[in-house]
Amino acid sequence: TKVSAKFELKPPPYPLNALEPHMSKETFEYHWGKHHRTYVENLNKQIAGTELDGLSLEKIVVATYNKGDLLPPFNNAAQVWNHDFFWESMKPGGGGKPSGELLELIERDFGSFDKFIGEFKTAAATQFGSGWAWLAYKANRLNVGNAVNPNPSEEDKKLAVVKSPNAVNPLVWDYYPLLTIDVWEHAYYLDFQNRRPDYISLFMEKLVSWDAVSARLEAAKAEVAEREREDERKSVEEDKTSDSEDEGYLDNNSDVSEAE
Amino acid sequence: AQSRGLQTFSLPDLPYDYGALEPAISGEIMQLHHQKHHQAYVTNYNKALEQLHDAIAKGDASAVAKLQSAIKFNGGGHINHSIFWKNLAPISEGGGEPPKGSLGWAIDMNFGSLESLVQKINTEGAALQGSGWVWLALDKELKKLVVETTANQDPLVIKGASVVPLLGIDVWEHAYYLQYKNVRPDYLKNIWKVINWKYASDVYEKNTPLE
Repeated sequence: TKVSAKFELKPPPYPLNALEPHMSKETFEYHWGKHHRTYVENLNKQIAGTELDGLSLEKIVVATYNKGDLLPPFNNAAQVWNHDFFWESMKPGGGGKPSGELLELIERDFGSFDKFIGEFKTAAATQFGSGWAWLAYKANRLNVGNAVNPNPSEEDKKLAVVKSPNAVNPLVWDYYPLLTIDVWEHAYYLDFQNRRPDYISLFMEKLVSWDAVSARLEAAKAEVAEREREDERKSVEEDKTSDSEDEGYLDNNSDVSEAE
Repeated sequence: AQSRGLQTFSLPDLPYDYGALEPAISGEIMQLHHQKHHQAYVTNYNKALEQLHDAIAKGDASAVAKLQSAIKFNGGGHINHSIFWKNLAPISEGGGEPPKGSLGWAIDMNFGSLESLVQKINTEGAALQGSGWVWLALDKELKKLVVETTANQDPLVIKGASVVPLLGIDVWEHAYYLQYKNVRPDYLKNIWKVINWKYASDVYEKNTPLE
């Protein structure tokens, strides 16, 4: 019998009441206990027995995004990923300021920490309808054959604030997400009703886990470095292959001239 | 209201008390929905129109283009909610009473029965991803009733200039969350108890002249 790889509902890395009074236990009971759980259950049903079954969640997200022509499992897959990422973006006693390399990059790419906060809050407040706001790391990579930066430098790799509708997330743009806030109404309605800006402010001041964001930045940079090594290795291989092809061509030529 | 030759908009009054639609829709939701959400669309629509007026006067084409989404969001929000309040009525004032007359016949002709229509609307409303509206509309060109959905606050007119809204149901989470939480299908099941078919019939009759 084939064992299908089912996704499980991962609990947040803290008890459901741990973020009170800023994000209530009641919110978690619905947001994690109902919304997130339903996405997991429905995703498992949708992919069982298909070629998506057994792939990693990230691979399923990118494959079903299908360059914008969304396939049916996308909403569930992306929302499962987004919510895992969201719980881990927060911690009890969160907020404050980042430090180290993350703070340096924020200051380099936004001008100052306060300017970054302003941009992030604006993105979150102006994502119309349902969606998410993100801090992401982009390594200037394009999925077009001849449009890759031939001399990528550290300066090309930047932090960016982006927002996305419904279930879309920056994985589909080949960015590395570092931080997110859920601005679907279900994320804040029980605690804040219509007051989304208050929810966003409280999230920044009391909930953000800068430790998690820093760790993600480190992981992103390591992945980018690995990709660059891979690309370097591949282009060396290709150079070798095209050299031997040239020799073959010369041989054929001499055969033809001999025949004549 | 007029200022500097520019027509501004204001929040329409509800034709019933906030608590009059209970238990189908709670008074708490009605008050927030009307006084906070709809009011915000009106306020932001007026602001966007004023900015548009200025941008046009200055010949600032780029600013005009940039304002289009704010106008669609907030203008659409005002249009849609203005229709929505009329689509609802307390049970004591006919809320929930099935449609009679020409609309009743048209529903039977287009969908088989009222129950069939309700099921179709509920299914499409429940399946809508994210935020939006589900509509019963008259397509004046094709001369038939249709069920449509729109995303966010897109007004029904984006589906076609000849598509006339008869009845819209708001499926943004703010429309039901405090009462129904994640169970949107329960909200959809219960809202029919307070749907004002009289208004939908009036609009239908006005748009289907007798031949």
